Amino acid sequence: MTIPDPQTSTPPRWTLEGFRLGALASLPVLPGLAAFSMAFGILAARKGFTLGEALLMTGTVYAGLTQMVVVESWPAQITVSAGIGIVAVTLLVNLRYALIGTTLRPLLYTSPSYKIYPTLFMLGEPNWLLYLRYHANGGRDPGYLLGTCVTFYVVWVLATIPGYLMGALAGDPNRFGLDMVMPAFFVAMLVSMWKGPRKSLSWVVGGVASVVAYLLFGGYWYVIVGSVAGCLVGAFSDD
Amino acid sequence: MIESNPKSFLLLLAAMTCAVYLTRAGGYWLMGRVTIGPRIRRMLDALPGAVIAATIAPILVQGGLRAAAAMLAAGAVMYIWRKDFAAVAAGVAAAAAAFALGL
Repeated sequence: MTIPDPQTSTPPRWTLEGFRLGALASLPVLPGLAAFSMAFGILAARKGFTLGEALLMTGTVYAGLTQMVVVESWPAQITVSAGIGIVAVTLLVNLRYALIGTTLRPLLYTSPSYKIYPTLFMLGEPNWLLYLRYHANGGRDPGYLLGTCVTFYVVWVLATIPGYLMGALAGDPNRFGLDMVMPAFFVAMLVSMWKGPRKSLSWVVGGVASVVAYLLFGGYWYVIVGSVAGCLVGAFSDD
Repeated sequence: MIESNPKSFLLLLAAMTCAVYLTRAGGYWLMGRVTIGPRIRRMLDALPGAVIAATIAPILVQGGLRAAAAMLAAGAVMYIWRKDFAAVAAGVAAAAAAFALGL
């Protein structure tokens, strides 16, 4: 990855051609994205959301992992405490986006804010990775980033609909294993994130702390207890 | 259950949307004003995995053999083929099979 020299680089142009390239580069990831969004739809239907509520969440929060975590443990009644817990989980789960954002700054800082900040609303890891690769290969058109972000957004929101219908029609979800869609996906993500046993100590601690908190207190906060315990272990373990 | 109070649902959704956007735009905005040391970087690196583990561990404890079968199948398929879609399908199939077997 090369970082452009502030003195010599000219402000990049956002072109339709760049947008098109970004959209095309997104294609291989779209089946996985659609499956994830469908899994969210299934989960939302199971948890008693209406289709409108599911779509509203998918289009505004637009963060798959957060939506899954939060809806999986959605409270029967939205109390102030549960609401604070949910927003705290949302912040925690998405703190990694802040890190992604910091790495994009040197690549995009010459672009005007009114173009960057709306684009960032739709930013996710795959878009970020695609843009880093494009930039490493010499690409300088931020339209590429917008292209992948918009493509992902449209597919993400639309794919929730068939998932919701499947979840709503399936009856007893346990019979078809639909209640395991989300845990299965999470396990798959952990496998792809695996970087050896030392790096995964934080997962073990996070999981154990979460179970202990769940058994002791029930309720909602076990996700936070486990997450905080896990990332503290991560912070204090050496590379 | 949510329908009973649509206002708090919308309010919560708005708060969540703000929270996510804060993280999406905040890092970009902060860059240059704050430096991220190795400790915070490691913490942020560990975060997604810790959150996932904290979410699924109680499901594993609560769901018993059926959940264990589903997660094991998903993990094995992901390990071998590296395809999310296949892993989720395997997990769901294993859970359905376990249900049929009465687990």
